[in-house]
Amino acid sequence: MGNVAWIFISAMVVNNFTLAYFLGLCPFMGVSGRVDTALKMGAANIFVLTVASVCAWFLNTFILPYAPFLRLISFIVVIASTVQITEMAIKKLSPALFRALGIYLPLITTNCAILFMAISQTNRGYNFVEGLFFAFGAGAGLTLALVLMASIREDLVFAKVPAIAKGNAIVFIIAGILSLAFMGFAGLLSA
Amino acid sequence: MSGESTPGAGSRRELPVMSGHIEVPSWRLLLTLGIAGALAGLLIVFVYQATQPRIQAYKALQLRLAVSEVLASPARWDTLYVHDGALVLTPPADVDAGSLEMVFLGYREDGSRVGYAIQGAEAGFQDIIELIFGYNAETNTVLGMKVLANKETPGLGDKIVKDSAFVAEFAGPETPLTGVKSTRATGAANEVDMITGATISSRAVINIINHQLERLGPMLNAYLQEAN
Amino acid sequence: MPKQTTPSQDLTRGIWRENPVLIQMLGLCPALAVTNTVVNSLAMGLATFFVLFCSSLLVAAFKKVIPHEVRITTYILIIATFVTIADMLLEAIVPEVHKALGAFIALIVVNCMILGRQEAFSSKNTVPRALLDATGTGIGFIIALFLMGGVREVLGYGSFLGFPILGANYEPWIVFILPPGGFLTIGFILLALNWWERRKAERSKSDVPGAVAVERAA
Repeated sequence: MGNVAWIFISAMVVNNFTLAYFLGLCPFMGVSGRVDTALKMGAANIFVLTVASVCAWFLNTFILPYAPFLRLISFIVVIASTVQITEMAIKKLSPALFRALGIYLPLITTNCAILFMAISQTNRGYNFVEGLFFAFGAGAGLTLALVLMASIREDLVFAKVPAIAKGNAIVFIIAGILSLAFMGFAGLLSA
Repeated sequence: MSGESTPGAGSRRELPVMSGHIEVPSWRLLLTLGIAGALAGLLIVFVYQATQPRIQAYKALQLRLAVSEVLASPARWDTLYVHDGALVLTPPADVDAGSLEMVFLGYREDGSRVGYAIQGAEAGFQDIIELIFGYNAETNTVLGMKVLANKETPGLGDKIVKDSAFVAEFAGPETPLTGVKSTRATGAANEVDMITGATISSRAVINIINHQLERLGPMLNAYLQEAN
Repeated sequence: MPKQTTPSQDLTRGIWRENPVLIQMLGLCPALAVTNTVVNSLAMGLATFFVLFCSSLLVAAFKKVIPHEVRITTYILIIATFVTIADMLLEAIVPEVHKALGAFIALIVVNCMILGRQEAFSSKNTVPRALLDATGTGIGFIIALFLMGGVREVLGYGSFLGFPILGANYEPWIVFILPPGGFLTIGFILLALNWWERRKAERSKSDVPGAVAVERAA
């Protein structure tokens, strides 16, 4: 049990996917200064990550031992399909949410976080349950980073940002400071 | 986009036609994907066959170097597999040897045993630490330790690799190991001085060794008894 | 949408003016993750260049037989194939670098830069033009990574390409080889670029009195 706790905490804060591994930067940089959009984006990511984790586990256990070199292709196909299905499901279940997420939903396909999660899960040999906790932790971490950045940017509108820093420059520097802060989580749950 | 089902129309370079374009039959879509997939697969298999020998040779070399280092250059070693709670020299035919945990038993020139080389991995400070260590089951002592992979903080945690004094601590202590801060050492035979400022990484290394020995210890002794 | 460009423009625009990483903000993930040493940056840059070049070649060559509906899937299939090949080649030729780059080699397949070039250019142009475009973009990518890697390795290790250049008394600024350093480095590079752009705009404004200064939207 301690093992899955470490896997979850590690994926969520100690080795946060965005702030430590630089994954999911497209939505992270593009996220508007709206915390509620960030939360929705994060939720969609968590869902896709979880489904992708289960599919990756199935592929790794039953199919890929016969053709390990097809791993990358099969993962990417599964991820693209999952995102497509998620998009259709959200459109049907909650058209308002679908409109709110807009372009971000299809962009989850090229979100390196999903693919990285599937590959890491494979390389580290996680079983089904460990993989799920890993996916949850990764999604929670992505959401956390997104929400933090969104709330900072909400306030940044009222700050006096120097002209040369406007735009992506200030966002990266803020991300750097956030990343520094998250380094403080290292050692959590370790011996 | 390019001319699709209208051969001879030449390539159109204008805006991609989304609505009102001629329907492409599904079989053609599937055929394209199928052929593309098959060609892709062929190409990958070809490169795979060409590169695997070198890749496997490198991995084997790295393992040889690591085992050799922690057992102080033995003359040869047996590869033993953990199967069904015991160590076996040859796994049963229906089991894939590659999926079993491996332990190495080193021998000197004169045929006497040096000890076991055992791998282990656990969470360190930042992420997983992988290492291999040498162990003499007859005297219950650790012979050597080598970190194979780590993501500890450069300059602090990565001293478990770079600090030769720390690595040297693992040549000879009795098991189970206890980590102590160097100021509090009492000189007991099972003490290992931890790195100042990197106690968590140091303790992780010690824990990996202790946990592996706890789990494998009975099997290691049983194998030696059978061999004698 | 594709305006008529000359071949030399196809080659040069990706190198600096429309640099994929620093101007278009594509391919950020590898640009930040593996640039802690110059060797890793160059290896990742070359691997991405290889994938981009080969993918553009195939997409431009087969654009007439790829149906519109399945084009994205086909592009991704082609890109994934070459990424798999690059991964195996790296592991066979430079195993140490391969280990250092780790899972990020596989992530080349979701580098929006590569898919973007296929969709925007290779699928609409001849093979030679597509290759020029791929070369320009690839070189731009390598330059951006080299810049990041150079700053991070020099400040974070005190070395360049593994050779210590700042002397033994230099206390390395470790933060630059850690994740925050990646964010800060690209942030400061963008600051420098913005400053340079504003200076250029102000200069041209003062050179031609009454002219409207076009400031690049920040």
